[in-house]
Amino acid sequence: MYQGIIMSGFGGQGIISGGIMLAYAGMIEGKNVTFFPAYGAEMRGGTANCSVVVSSDPVASPVVGSPDSLLIMNEPSLARFEDSLKPDGLMIINSSLVNSRSTRTDITAIEIPVSDLAEEVGNIKTANMVILGAYAKKTGAVSIDALKNSIAKVYLRASESMVELNKKAIDKGAEAVS
Amino acid sequence: MEKVVFERTKGLTDIPMRYCPGCGHGVVHRLVAECFMELGVQEKTIGIGPVGCSVFADEYFNVDMIQGAHGRGPAIATGIKRCLPDRLVFSYQGDGDLASIGAAEMLHSAMRSENITIIFINNAIYGMTGGQMAPTTLLGMKSTTSPSGRTVAANGYPIRVCELLSAMEGPIYLERVSVDKPAAVVKAKKAIKRAFEYQLEGRGFTLVEILSQCPTDWHMTPLQAIEKIRKDLIPYYPLGIYREPQDDKRAKPKKVAVEKES
Amino acid sequence: MAERTLMKGNEAVAEGAVRAGCRFFAGYPITPQNEIPEYMSWRLPEEGGTFIQAESEVAAINMLFGASSVGTRVMTSSSSPGISLKQEGISYCATAELPIFYTNVVRGGPGLGNIAPSQGDYFQATRGGGHGDYRVIVFAPKTVEEMANFPRICYELAFKYRIPTMVLADGILGQMMEPVTFDFDPIDPSVFKTPDWALRGSKPEERRVIKSYDLRPGKMEQWNFRLEKKYDEIREKEPRYEAVNIDDADIILTGYGTAARVCESVMALGRKDGLKIGYVRPITLWPFPKSIFKELGEKVEKFFVVEMSLGQYIEDVKLSLNGKSEIYLHKRPAGGIPTGEEVLELTRKILSGDKLKLVA
Repeated sequence: MYQGIIMSGFGGQGIISGGIMLAYAGMIEGKNVTFFPAYGAEMRGGTANCSVVVSSDPVASPVVGSPDSLLIMNEPSLARFEDSLKPDGLMIINSSLVNSRSTRTDITAIEIPVSDLAEEVGNIKTANMVILGAYAKKTGAVSIDALKNSIAKVYLRASESMVELNKKAIDKGAEAVS
Repeated sequence: MEKVVFERTKGLTDIPMRYCPGCGHGVVHRLVAECFMELGVQEKTIGIGPVGCSVFADEYFNVDMIQGAHGRGPAIATGIKRCLPDRLVFSYQGDGDLASIGAAEMLHSAMRSENITIIFINNAIYGMTGGQMAPTTLLGMKSTTSPSGRTVAANGYPIRVCELLSAMEGPIYLERVSVDKPAAVVKAKKAIKRAFEYQLEGRGFTLVEILSQCPTDWHMTPLQAIEKIRKDLIPYYPLGIYREPQDDKRAKPKKVAVEKES
Repeated sequence: MAERTLMKGNEAVAEGAVRAGCRFFAGYPITPQNEIPEYMSWRLPEEGGTFIQAESEVAAINMLFGASSVGTRVMTSSSSPGISLKQEGISYCATAELPIFYTNVVRGGPGLGNIAPSQGDYFQATRGGGHGDYRVIVFAPKTVEEMANFPRICYELAFKYRIPTMVLADGILGQMMEPVTFDFDPIDPSVFKTPDWALRGSKPEERRVIKSYDLRPGKMEQWNFRLEKKYDEIREKEPRYEAVNIDDADIILTGYGTAARVCESVMALGRKDGLKIGYVRPITLWPFPKSIFKELGEKVEKFFVVEMSLGQYIEDVKLSLNGKSEIYLHKRPAGGIPTGEEVLELTRKILSGDKLKLVA
């Protein structure tokens, strides 16, 4: 099993922490994982993205050139990464913020109003959890439980209620693809 | 009855110094050594030697010594002092070492007010390398790299270290002295001792600048060189205290030129 | 100790150093290693240590020169251009035999280059780096876990041989997060005896001097020969490497650090397809593990070198094989990261007799 994932969106959408959570969830399930952020000059200017690998074998490079899965949180991310997705790959799009649609016919594209669902849960900041929940449910690369168990490990200062809210958001995302 | 009026301080080793006749380094070495001896801290003193004429300082000072890269004395002193805060740490540096290649280390150790003492020998010339222009070489003064004399157009103005540092908050004690006559030597020793005392009290950055003669590279006799100190150097580099702790009874009350707005 | 956590490489090497007894760090910001000084700025005070953001890399390395002269376990870190600036000071440390530890999180060069991962500083790291005849011990981790655990070995060797030691990483190893388990318990440096050579402030008859010069005729030559003796001992005793599937190999893939990960995964992929690929990676780049290459050169016909630079690492492979085997090279400098796919494809070609990448 090998999943190379790119998660991309605006700075402030929890892209980096979401990627770390995904890697953490893989780790506690005994998988080989890497997390690699876009760093330095690249991270200035509003867009944020990171690469996560979850694999049963040791990971050669944490840099994901051709992802198996794309988690697209905003409009510019779609244009930037769409072409790189592997044939038969999975793309989850935050349709709350992305108006364009993927033109690829050789992939699976799922549109979910991620930001709206997060607001329904009670906090727009949980949008990253919604998309992770959807991804985990759809691929099984990591389990929903592992994701939930990672929240407090990544958000070290999160209150009990904040952890609960994030768990709800993960469930919300999972429901959206059920 | 015989009375000993002077003897070589035990703060110096027995190794004969190889400085030129009439050079000020030997006198200043003695003063530094006498000061840490009189303060009773020989066994907790660590000195840093520079690159330049006094590169052999590690042979002369009878304490633990380290010899570092050109200009980096204040950084090395910082490393030592932060690890061993109760030691007396001094960095002995010339004008090229401190005010040219090591200017950043000088400014930033002063900025951090590292609790160290810099003994700064200003003889307005690069001695060891053979008489090249220093950052403190006076306008008009000839050197092997300013053969027609230093000009503003080609070389800019000489740096006044004490004045420069006195614009900063960090330094605790800054004094410029000379060693051109016995009274001046006595004064120089007092300044060095005060700097060491402040360091031992944990007050912060101290620097004593010593105007020193270099007969060899000034191409003068020792007496002429001393005359040059008085005639040329002191007028450009006025002697005196540029910073001192106001809570020390030795301090002269500071004139406040401008009332600070509250 | 055995708790598995997810750590960033830069933080792992910093935490590894602190756990190995580091109590003094001086550094200057430069991407992609900024997490190291940032981490040290709060972590060292927790242990009673000192963190200084120096005015420059030059000042930082000289602060280490001072701090290590009194026996403290010290660290600095930087990335390529900053390590260049530190080289004079490292040369002084090597000559004065001060046991400093530092990390180079290599970025693309030459010049200001870029901030992408690279292995372009191999020569600088393994040939001393600064002026004069000297070497430093160079460890090349390939995982974040090794970033975390190598500082302890570095300090042990640094103090054993009185020599600078370094971890040569790159932007990937610095920036990526991976699971980490520390393989040692935190070390309290106060248990160590102050080394005999360390400055302390002492009685005149026990006065110590640390310096890196001797102007007396012939003395510096003797000094160099004394250092050489130490280097020879290290060359004999301290090379470390990893070698997998070498017994039946038709081809050996080799690289270090990030490139080694790629070689290792290509070996695994190729083996699934029946390709007899072996894999060797040096863990220490200096001393270089010559013997394993020499040994394999007797029986393996083809060596395939993968490096993120223009043919630096390959020179040590060539010197070790000494003309015994064909050597192929795949090079990706200044931000180029070899992918498993491209390396596997090239390996297949080489095995089928393609000489395109043959360099020796």
